[in-house]
Amino acid sequence: MTKPWIEGRFEENVVFTTLEQAINWAQQSSIWPMTFGLACCAIEMMAAGASRYDLDRFGAGAFRATPRQADLMIVAGTVTYKMASRVRRLYNMMPDPKYVIAMGACTVGGGPYFKYGYHVVKGVDLVVPVDVYVPGCPPRPEALLEGLMRIQDKIKGKRINKRNGVRVEDELPIPHHSGWVDAPGGDAPLTDHQKITG
Amino acid sequence: MSGKQFIERLEKRFGDLVARVELEAIDPWIEVEPGGVVELCRYLRDAEDLRFNYCNSICVVDYFEPDAKKAAKTAWSPHLEVVYHLSSIQYKTTLVVKVMLPRWKDGVPGQLPEVPSVSGIWSTADWHEREAYDLSGVWFTGHPNLQRILCPEDWVGYPLRKDYEMPLEYHGIRGR
Ligand code: SF4
Repeated sequence: MTKPWIEGRFEENVVFTTLEQAINWAQQSSIWPMTFGLACCAIEMMAAGASRYDLDRFGAGAFRATPRQADLMIVAGTVTYKMASRVRRLYNMMPDPKYVIAMGACTVGGGPYFKYGYHVVKGVDLVVPVDVYVPGCPPRPEALLEGLMRIQDKIKGKRINKRNGVRVEDELPIPHHSGWVDAPGGDAPLTDHQKITG
Repeated sequence: MSGKQFIERLEKRFGDLVARVELEAIDPWIEVEPGGVVELCRYLRDAEDLRFNYCNSICVVDYFEPDAKKAAKTAWSPHLEVVYHLSSIQYKTTLVVKVMLPRWKDGVPGQLPEVPSVSGIWSTADWHEREAYDLSGVWFTGHPNLQRILCPEDWVGYPLRKDYEMPLEYHGIRGR
């Protein structure tokens, strides 16, 4: 992520920054999530909010009971068709800028209900636009914190500047984990591990 | 009261309405004709020495095998079974009442089979019956407010029927 050149150029106690940076900093340190537990994942979300994992360290501990005061919707749990219209309405009621975390396998893509759940939306991205997907059933609180930090990265990359009259494109953050793993047993390649069972 | 006495008593009072009595099963059960449900239930609740004053649950079992090959091998013919689990808080006894119904009334698909409502006997049956109607498609005649309770009002079909087809789309949200 690019930093404005003026950032941290001067001695202590003298702070120079850009407006853009200041706004982004303020926003990313006070992402207020909406209380939005729909099923079992909500328990992990509560754990992430409680003292052990302490979501408040990132300024995101103030769970709001109204969409009007929330910046972030953590869709934690199974979204049913009946609930979908409500999810959409709550999303519409949130003030901009707003972000959505799809927490858990259910909201990512139907999860355990994908095949035989007649009533489950196969991914909340069919209902509202999703910024960060947190997989797991349920994801551990650490995973949710990670998702929250990816939202913060996304906010950090927001640009309000114009260059030659054209709005500068937002920067999209690149996750800092490479995701690259060394496959074990180079000479005896793994086979059959992707066979579809059942 | 012994099982034999109980059977005799039911026979005397209800005659042919009580189709079958199985008191040896782990969960003793009585099969009753749809027309006799209300009468029998009221009797079970009010009789001095029975007092089945609590209705634990009402559920519906769909005996149906969509696979024609497997269906030929089944021991039963397709039907619905409405199962009432009753308890007597006073005597600490339980009893199961079953009603056999056709899967569709008069064999016309879409015509719900009917059974009289027992919500006038145990008020808790009100919601149980709504749920059974919602998910399994049994019409409880005489129910004060028989609407869907879990699925949205405009839902099509009865999800717990074995031949239910999943919606491909619901209000613009694609199903798969
Ligand atoms: S992803 Fe798993 S834990 Fe989360 S709501 Fe779905 S079933 Fe529950």
